[in-house]
Amino acid sequence: MNRNRSIMATKYIARSSDIAARMIGGEMMIMSPIDSTFFTLNEVATVIWQAADGKTPLSEIIDDKICPIFDVSSDQAKEDSESFVEELSKHGILLVSDQPIESSSRQEPAR
Amino acid sequence: MTLMQEMTQRALERGIPLSAHFDITYRCNERCVHCYLDHDDHGEMTTAEIKSVLDQLADAGVFFLTFSGGEVFLRRDFLELVAYARRLLFNVKVKTNAAMIREPEARRLRDLGIENIQISVYSHRPEVHDAITKLPGSLNRTIKAIRFLKSQGLRVTIANVLMKWNLHDHTGVHALAEELGAIYALDPTITPKIDGDTSILDLRIPGEELGRVFRIEKLVGNVEEFCAPPPPPGADELDSYPCSAGHTLAYISPYGDVYPCVQFPLPSGNVRKQKFIDIWQHSPELNEVRTITARDLPVCSTCSHVGTCTRCPGLAYMEGNMRGPSTADCEKSFQRTGIPSANMLRRAGQAPAVPLIQIRPMTEQSMNAELLPS
Repeated sequence: MNRNRSIMATKYIARSSDIAARMIGGEMMIMSPIDSTFFTLNEVATVIWQAADGKTPLSEIIDDKICPIFDVSSDQAKEDSESFVEELSKHGILLVSDQPIESSSRQEPAR
Repeated sequence: MTLMQEMTQRALERGIPLSAHFDITYRCNERCVHCYLDHDDHGEMTTAEIKSVLDQLADAGVFFLTFSGGEVFLRRDFLELVAYARRLLFNVKVKTNAAMIREPEARRLRDLGIENIQISVYSHRPEVHDAITKLPGSLNRTIKAIRFLKSQGLRVTIANVLMKWNLHDHTGVHALAEELGAIYALDPTITPKIDGDTSILDLRIPGEELGRVFRIEKLVGNVEEFCAPPPPPGADELDSYPCSAGHTLAYISPYGDVYPCVQFPLPSGNVRKQKFIDIWQHSPELNEVRTITARDLPVCSTCSHVGTCTRCPGLAYMEGNMRGPSTADCEKSFQRTGIPSANMLRRAGQAPAVPLIQIRPMTEQSMNAELLPS
C-alpha cells in the first residue's frame, strides 16, 4: 500500500448544495457558489463528482468506480483525484472531511 | 474562447436550451408607464404545474434559469418555487422590483443560493421613480430592500431603463448603485406591449440623447472603440445567428406559452398541452427561427452594421417581420457610429419625411442638389 492509499482512506467528499450544475452534451457543467467560476468535468471527474455522497471514502470511489471502468492504475487515479478534489473544494464545489459528511450540506446528483 | 463560450457553442450544436426565462406571474404591485405587460391574471400555472415545468427544463438541459414577472413576490409560492429550482441545481436569477423584500426574504434568498437579483430603479429621485412606477414610496422601499439583500452578501444588479421621463437621471442612479454596492446596468430599450400595442414607444429617448449616452465613458468603456465605424462584415458574420432566442434560450409565460424570448412573443407551443422538450425540438415556429442567419435578412444583410448591430429579431417580429430590421437597433447603430443603417437609407429613399431618421442620406442626387444655385 502506498502513501496515497493511507491518506485517502480517511477522506470523504460531498457535493455542495450551493452549486449549480447540469450535464450538457456529455460533460458536467458546474458553477462555483463562491466566485461564480465555471468548471466542466470530464467523464472520470463526473463519475467521482456523482459518487461524492459524503459517506463513501474517496479511495473506495476510486477503487470501485474508476479503476474497473477506466484504463488507469489505482495509484495514478488517486494521485490525480487529489488535485481534482483540492481544486473543487477551493471553489466550494466539493466538501472535504476526514469524517462522513452530514446530508444537510450535500446535494443530490445533477441531471 | 472562454469555457462559457465553449459550453454555449456545444449547447447550440446539440440544440440544448442552456437558458430559460420563466415569467411566473404578470400580476404586479407597480404600474410602470413603460411596461409591456397586461397585469390581469388570465389563469396562471399552479405550483404543481410550475414544478413539473421546472423538472422538464432540468431534463432538457437548462442551466441558467431566470424567474421574472410581473412581480414574482406576488406569488405566495415564490420562495417554494425557488427552493425547488435550486434543488434541481439551476443557476437562478431573479428579476423583481424588490418592494416586498424585507430581511427574512433576503435571508431566505441567500440560503437558497441565488446567483443574482436584478432590481429596476428608474431614478435616484423619489418623485421621478415613483411617478414611473405609479407606486408612492416605491423607491424608498426598493432601496431598503437592496440594503437587506446586500447585507446578506447577495449580488444585486440595478437595471436602469432609460426613457423620456428619467433621461437625465442615469448618473444619479449609477452613483446610487455604487453607494449600495450593486452592479449598474443601463437599458435604453422600450419595447412594444406583448399584445403588439406600440403606444408606449413614445417614451423612447430621442436619438440624439442616445448618441450622448453612448459617449459616456463610465457607461460604455472605451468610447472610441464603442463608437467606431463597423468593419466590413465577413462570411462568419453573415452566417451567424442573430441572438440566442430559440437557439439556446426559451421563454415561458405564466400561462405556459413558450416563445423564443420574452422580447420575441412568437407563440411556439404551450406546456399545458405538450411536453416542453417536444415544443423545443419540434415546434415549427422555433425551427423557423433557427433557420435564419444574417445572410437571410433581406435588408440587414446589405447593411454595413450587420456584423456589429444589436438587432433584436423579437423587436423586428413585433414590427411585422422577424426577418426585417428592428428600427430601434438601427437607431442605436446610427447613434453609436454616425453611419445610417441600410434600413434608414432605404426608408429615406421611399419616404424622405420619415421622422425616425433625422438625417439626409448623402446620395449622388442630393449632393448635386446641394451644389445647384438657389
